[in-house]
Amino acid sequence: MVRFENVWLKYRREGEDSLDAAPDVITDMSFDIPEGGFRWLTGPSGAGKTSVLKLMYLAEHPSRGRIELLDTNAARVSRREAAMLRRRIGVVYQDFRLLGHLSAYDNVALPMRLARKSEDQVRADVTELMRWVGLSHRLDSRPAELSGGEQQRLAIARAVVGRPKLLLADEPTGNLDEEQAERLMLLITGLNALGTTVVVATHNLRLVGRYPAPRLQIEGGRLIHNG
Amino acid sequence: MAKRVDHLGLRSAMAERLTPMLIGAMSFLAALAIAGALAAAALAGQWEQNTGAALTVQVPQPADKSQDGNDSRLRAVLTLLQAAPDVAGAKALSAAELNALLLPWLGTDSAKLGLPLPAVITAIWTGDGTPDALRGALDAVAPGTLVETGAGWAARVASLTGSLQASAVSVLFIVALVAAAVIAVATHAGLAQRRETIEIIHGLGALDSDIAGSFAIRATSLAALGAAIGTACALPVLFWLAALAAPFAGVLAQPGPALPFELWVALPAVPAGAALIGWVTTQVTVRGWLRRLV
Repeated sequence: MVRFENVWLKYRREGEDSLDAAPDVITDMSFDIPEGGFRWLTGPSGAGKTSVLKLMYLAEHPSRGRIELLDTNAARVSRREAAMLRRRIGVVYQDFRLLGHLSAYDNVALPMRLARKSEDQVRADVTELMRWVGLSHRLDSRPAELSGGEQQRLAIARAVVGRPKLLLADEPTGNLDEEQAERLMLLITGLNALGTTVVVATHNLRLVGRYPAPRLQIEGGRLIHNG
Repeated sequence: MAKRVDHLGLRSAMAERLTPMLIGAMSFLAALAIAGALAAAALAGQWEQNTGAALTVQVPQPADKSQDGNDSRLRAVLTLLQAAPDVAGAKALSAAELNALLLPWLGTDSAKLGLPLPAVITAIWTGDGTPDALRGALDAVAPGTLVETGAGWAARVASLTGSLQASAVSVLFIVALVAAAVIAVATHAGLAQRRETIEIIHGLGALDSDIAGSFAIRATSLAALGAAIGTACALPVLFWLAALAAPFAGVLAQPGPALPFELWVALPAVPAGAALIGWVTTQVTVRGWLRRLV
């Protein structure tokens, strides 16, 4: 499902053409996540968790190594194939990344519309999903009109509306209180129980303790624990 | 059927007023350039037809006897012209007509000056090539007779109108380039303003064609709107110019406020061309920009 083989990542510095001088953000990382698996991605702030997730949702290319996503070699896909691959990956960003000029309904409908689903199907799926995340009364609200918890649930709804094979969440509970975080984790583990492969990046070890699952622990861009 | 939603928020990101206004100004110039090119072509055709075929024959000492001594030189030349198969409508100008022709140089009554004026015969040359044989025949019956055709003038007019048309095409080319630059700048501004939104939509699996298409639809509609307004604004000017040009060209001198049919056909091409420029420029600009994203 997800396979990293000796993956390295450097970020190009502004104004520099070569990656040679850039420091390694991810160093020689290898791991496997089977289909339907759940992994915590843990480590202190700045350890490289977000970078690992970026590699998983094709926002970055590794500077070295090989990444296989959903049985596809990520380095060998065309731009069109990469877009198709992204449609099978749901992402919950740390800062939600909702579109402020669209309503809650249109934010969730966006991945389906990009996939050219019929408007009838969009309406049925989005309405059901908004009910599932407890936002059926906020369909016409703009993200700015929603609370932090509501925005987070909206981001989850958008990430899963396309029935992704892989769900990635970056510090999904970071902006939530205990009760909201609990509710969110129930949503995510529920999706995992339905067969979605899930990777959740967090530095909240109390949360990890409450939902035991294999852990990818990284520090300084290196994988120091897998299991 | 997918619902058309402004996912990228381009209605606010791409300037609603400036772009159509600039494209409108370019289209105004384009409409004038097209009208200029068509008018030059029409004038050239008209002048070539009228001036190129005109034949002017000057007969010095018209009252003297011709070479064969049977008739006056004028009569002999006129008879020969009227019998020539490649000449039509040969007619000697009357004294009054000649007087009117020479009025700017010789005053109201040139006859009183006692100058040895030649008789002038006008005709239409219907033959091919130059009337060299005719010139020889006329010189034989009335030596010193001058034969002039409008071919030289027509060639100069053709050269002038060709230059005018080339200038009009150059203006259209420059206008198209400026319009493309305006669209490219507006698109870059929209891309900069919507960078984060584009990255989000790109991350959700949007194809380059989805994003470029959204920008292109917006830019095309703005360009077409601006061009339609600019072209409409050019119409009163074109009517005014057509009225001014009417005395010089029969093709433009139609009764009432009228423009040549060719212009009515060409003017809708301005908004259509602007829309095409908008579409192509935006597609190229956005797709190039998207290549920076992974």
